[in-house]
Amino acid sequence: MKLPDFDYHSPTSLDEAITLMATPNARVLAGGQSLLPIMAFRLAAPSALVDLRKIKGLDKIEITQDAIHLGPMVRWRDVERHEGLAAALPLLTQAMEHVAHYQIRNRGTVGGSLAHADPAAEFPGIAVTCDARIHLAGANGKRVVAAGDLFVGPLETCLQDGEIITSIELPRWPQARRWAFEEFSQRRGDFALAGIALFYDLDGERRAQNVHIGVIGATDRPRRLPGAEAALNGQALSDEVIAKACAAACAEVDPPTDIHGSAEYRRSLVGTLLQRALVKASS
Amino acid sequence: MRTVNTYIGSPVERVEDYRFLRGEGQYVGDLVREGQWHAAFVRSPVGHGVIRNIDCSAALAWPGVKAVLTAADIEGEIPKIPFRRPNPTIGPYAQPIIASGKVRYFGEPVAVILAESAEIAEDALAAIVLDIEQLPAAIDRQTCMSDKVVLFDHPGSNIATVFHANKGEVDAAFAAADVTVRGQFSTQRQTALPMETRGLLAEWDPKSNHLTVYGAAKLPFFNRKTMADLMGLPETAVDYIEVDVGGGFGARGEFYPEDFLVAFAARKFHKPIRWIEDRREHLTAIGHSREAECDVELAFSKDGTLLGMRGDLFVNVGAYVRPNGMTPVRNAAQFMSGPYRIPAIHLQAHAYVSNKTPAGTYRGPGRYEGSFFIERLMDLGAARLGMDRLALRRRNLVTDAEMPYPLAPVLPSDGRAETNCDSGDYRVCFDKCLEEFGWAQKAEFDGKLIDGRYHGLGIACFIEGGASGPSETARMEIEADGSVAVYAGSSAIGQGLETVLSQIAADALEISIDRIKLYHGSTTYLKEGWGSYGSRATVMGGSAVIDAATKLLEAFKVAAASRLKLDPSELTIVDGVARAKDGRSVPFDEVASMEIKADGRFDNWKPTYSYGTSAVHLAVDPGTGHVDVIDYTIVDDVGRIINPLTLHGQVTGAVVQGFGSAFSEELVYDADGTLLVGSLADYLIPVATDYPHVHCVSMESFPSPINPLGAKGAGEGGIISVGGAVANAVASALRDFGVQPSRMPLNPQRVWELIQDGKKALAST
Ligand SMILES: Cc1cc2nc3c(=O)[nH]c(=O)nc-3n(C[C@H](O)[C@H](O)[C@H](O)COP(=O)(O)OP(=O)(O)OC[C@H]3O[C@@H](n4cnc5c(N)ncnc54)[C@H](O)[C@@H]3O)c2cc1C
Repeated sequence: MKLPDFDYHSPTSLDEAITLMATPNARVLAGGQSLLPIMAFRLAAPSALVDLRKIKGLDKIEITQDAIHLGPMVRWRDVERHEGLAAALPLLTQAMEHVAHYQIRNRGTVGGSLAHADPAAEFPGIAVTCDARIHLAGANGKRVVAAGDLFVGPLETCLQDGEIITSIELPRWPQARRWAFEEFSQRRGDFALAGIALFYDLDGERRAQNVHIGVIGATDRPRRLPGAEAALNGQALSDEVIAKACAAACAEVDPPTDIHGSAEYRRSLVGTLLQRALVKASS
Repeated sequence: MRTVNTYIGSPVERVEDYRFLRGEGQYVGDLVREGQWHAAFVRSPVGHGVIRNIDCSAALAWPGVKAVLTAADIEGEIPKIPFRRPNPTIGPYAQPIIASGKVRYFGEPVAVILAESAEIAEDALAAIVLDIEQLPAAIDRQTCMSDKVVLFDHPGSNIATVFHANKGEVDAAFAAADVTVRGQFSTQRQTALPMETRGLLAEWDPKSNHLTVYGAAKLPFFNRKTMADLMGLPETAVDYIEVDVGGGFGARGEFYPEDFLVAFAARKFHKPIRWIEDRREHLTAIGHSREAECDVELAFSKDGTLLGMRGDLFVNVGAYVRPNGMTPVRNAAQFMSGPYRIPAIHLQAHAYVSNKTPAGTYRGPGRYEGSFFIERLMDLGAARLGMDRLALRRRNLVTDAEMPYPLAPVLPSDGRAETNCDSGDYRVCFDKCLEEFGWAQKAEFDGKLIDGRYHGLGIACFIEGGASGPSETARMEIEADGSVAVYAGSSAIGQGLETVLSQIAADALEISIDRIKLYHGSTTYLKEGWGSYGSRATVMGGSAVIDAATKLLEAFKVAAASRLKLDPSELTIVDGVARAKDGRSVPFDEVASMEIKADGRFDNWKPTYSYGTSAVHLAVDPGTGHVDVIDYTIVDDVGRIINPLTLHGQVTGAVVQGFGSAFSEELVYDADGTLLVGSLADYLIPVATDYPHVHCVSMESFPSPINPLGAKGAGEGGIISVGGAVANAVASALRDFGVQPSRMPLNPQRVWELIQDGKKALAST
C-alpha cells in the first residue's frame, strides 16, 4: 500500500491547472481522501496530480439572493462551520454531519466528492435532490451540467478527460420548506447502506407539492425516486399516503448486493428511512 | 521509609505512556539500516490451485529490484513450521514456509521480491507472472468434512484432529434427565487485528554467522529456537529483539512463513531485509480464528441441575495447522462447560482444514466460541424448564467448597489435558454483577417496545484460563547508580507489562519504582524465557521477578556483610540500604562494582482461572436491525489486582473487542476461496465512539493458591462472554417475534432478517 510514482503540480491559477490537466492520465487532487487510498491500492496510477489547493477562491462559500455557490475546494469542515449555510440550506448541513470522521472532514471537499461519485456518498445525493448545477471547465471551454446528469454509474461521471469542477450552484429555498435527511450506516461515519434526502413545499391546503426525494447507497448512483415523489405530490401526508410512497420507493430501487448488505435488506432500508424522513419532515 | 506492597494494588500510571504519548515509541517500522532491502510478498490470488509456472524475469528486470525468491531457491525439502502444541495427527498439515507445487489459500506466499525501496518492491509484484491452474476450493464445513475436495493427498482427509473432552457417564446422565435442550450455533471467522501490522527486520552478520531478527512479539524464545532449527543454526546464533509492539491479541508474534523468508533472504544476500506488512496483506496473512460451529445438547433435572453435556464442535482451521492452530479447537472442547458444574461431558471437537487462511489464536481462543454456545443453551434450557434464567445459572455455578474443580480432560493430549479451576466462588461475581448492573430495576424494560426500539437484557458467565506454563525467568542486577535492572522473559505487546513488572519488582525489592529499569522480550537478555500469551505475563513473569528479587536481596546482604565484616543475619535491608545495628550502612550503589545479580525463575504448569459475569441492556431498531448497547456491566475476580488502571483498561478493551465479534467483524470468502475483505472499510472493527457504556468491576476475593502473587491471568476474560450476553439479550428483546439468534455476528442485516423470519413464522401459524 505504497503510492506509485507520479508527478506533482500545484498551479496557482485555474488556466494553468487546465493546461496541466492536458497531460495524459493526469488527475485533479483535492482533499486526497479518496484518491490517495485508491492509488495506494493501485486501483489508479495517475501520471500526474494537479493539486488545486493554491488556486485562490476555489474554497469560497457564497450565498446570494438566488443561489448558494460552493467552490470545489470547500471542505466538509467549512460547510459545518459556516455561519449562514445551516439557515440557507439546512438539508445540506444536516446531511454533511454523516460524512466520515473529523480527520477526513478536515480535508475532504465537495468537488472531490462529486467527481469521485461514490453511490453511497452524501453530498452527491444532496446535489441531485436539490437540482444543483455543476460548473465545469476544461481545454474545450466551460459548461454546466445538472447534478442529475453528472453521475453515470458507481465512481463514474460524465466529466471529460481533463475537465475540472469549478463551482457547485444550489438554488435557494423558501423559508417554509419541509425537509429531512435519514441514513443508516453500520458505524457512525461509514458510507451509508442507504440514505434518503427529501424536501417538499406545502400548498394552501397543506398538501405536499414540488416533492424531491433522493436516494443514496441503495442504487448504483445517487438518484431521485419519481415513483415515490408522484405518490406524494398533491397529497396531504397521512400514514396511508406515506406507506404508498414507501412501497413505491422500494419498488423503484434496484440495490446492489455486497458484503455489507443484500439487495433485499437495502431495499427495505429505503422504505424504512423514507418513512422516517417523511414523518420527521411533516411533524 | 517504604513499606511492602505500596505499588501492587495501586493505580500506578503506565510508565510506557510517557514514551508513547510523546511519539518516542520505537516500532519495527521505525528501524532503518544502512543499505537495507525491502521485501514484498507475491501471494496466491486464488484459494486453491496447482502452480504451473512462476515467471520472474520481468520483475527481475524492474529498476531497483535486487532479487526474487521462490520455492526453487530453497535447497532441499521446503521446511515446515513446527507446532507449539503438537499432537499425533497434525504432522502432515504443518505449513511450509513458501508454497511449492500447490497453493492452498488466498494470500499464501509464493515468492518474495527484494528491492531497494518498499514502493519498488510493491510495484514489481505486478510484474511476476503466475501460472496457476485453479482447483475447486473447500470453503464450507460440508465440502471440507465430506472430503469432496482434499487439500493434502497424504493423509487424504481434511480432518486434522478430533479432540475428545470426556468426563463422567454422559449417556447415563442423559437417560436420567428430565429435560434436554439441543442447539446448533456458529461463530464467524475473524482475526485479532492488532493496530500495528506485523513487521520484521533481519540482519545477518557473516563474520560471526549471527542472525538478528527485530520485530519479535509474544514468543521470542520459541521463535528463536524455530528459526535456528529451520536455518540449521545453533540457537546461540540467532537473536530475536523486541522493540515496541502495537498489540498482539494472540495473533502477532507467532512464527509465520514471512519470519523465515525475511531471515533467509538476509542470510543469502548479506543485506538487512525489512518487511512491513500492509493492512490488506495482513487480513489475508496473519492468523484467522473463531470459525466454529456446534451441535450440542444439555441435560437437566427438573429443578434445573445440570446433569450432562454432549455433542460436536467443528472448527475450520484454514489451509494448514499453524504453531498454535489447535489451541482454539481443544480449548472450545475443554472450556465450553465454563463456570458451570457439569458432572458428565462428552464433546468431540473436529478440526478440519479448508482453503482459507490458516487459523491460530485470537484473544479468548475457543473460550469465546464455547461461551457463546453454552450461554445460548442455558437460556433455551431455562425457557424449556420454565425457570428464571438467573436462577438456573446461579444454581449451577461452581462454589468455593468444590475447589479445585476439575474440567473435562482433552485427548489427544498436548501436554495440558487435565486442568482444575483453582479458586473462587462463581456465585459471588454473579450476584455482584446483577447488583452493579441493576438487573432488578432494568428488568421492567426487558422485551418491551419503547420509542420504536425493543429493549432486552442478557447475561452470560465465564471462566478465563491464565498463567500458561511451563515457566518464566527473570534476572536482576544492581547498577552503578543504585538502580536495579530487571530483565524479564515476558514480552510487552501493549498490555502495560513494563508498568506491572516494575511494580512487582519495586515491592519485592522494597525500593522506589523509579529505581527499576525494566528490559524485556529480547533473547539477548536471558538464556531462556517464554513470553506473553495465555494471560501469563503478569502471573508467570511477575512470580519470576519475585524469585529474582528475593535472591538479589540475599546476594546484596552477603555483599554488604562482607564489606562491613559482619554476618549477613546481622543486617536488615530497608529501601535499598543494608543497615547494621551499630548504625553503619551500605547502599545498593556501593556494591554495584561487586556485580550483584540474581536469576529468578517460576515453574508452574497449573493455570489460574479468573471468572466473572457480564450483563447487557440493549435496544434493537426493528427497521434497520441496528443494536444499541445501552449498558454493559462486567464483574470479574482476578485473584489479586496488581494495577487497577491497567486491568480496567484491558477488560474494557476486551469487552469492546467482543462487541466487534458480536456485531460486525467478519472475514467473508466467496465460493472459490477469495477473501472479500480487503480493508478496514470492509472489516468493521468497533471505533472509539461506538460503545460508550461499558462498566467494569474487578474483585480480588479469592487469590490464586498456585503462585506467590495470588494473581490470575486477567483482562482477556472481558471478551469471552460478550457473544453469549449480547445474543441472549437480542433474543430477549425480540421475544415477540420468537427470535433465537444462533449465528454470529448479529450485524444489522442479520438481526433484521431474524425479525423478518420471525414475522413470517408468526403469520403462518
Ligand atoms: C475512512 C473514510 C470514510 C469516508 N466516509 C465518507 C462518508 O461517509 N461519506 C462521504 O461522502 N465520503 C466519505 N469519505 C470520502 C471523503 O468524503 C472524500 O474526501 C471525498 O469523497 C473526496 O473528496 P477529496 O477532496 O478527498 O477528493 P480527492 O480524493 O482529492 O479526489 C477524489 C476524486 O475526485 C477528483 N477531483 C477532485 N476534485 C476535483 C475537481 N474539482 N474537479 C474534477 N475532479 C476532481 C480527483 O481527481 C479524484 O478522482 C470517506 C473517506 C474515508 C477515507
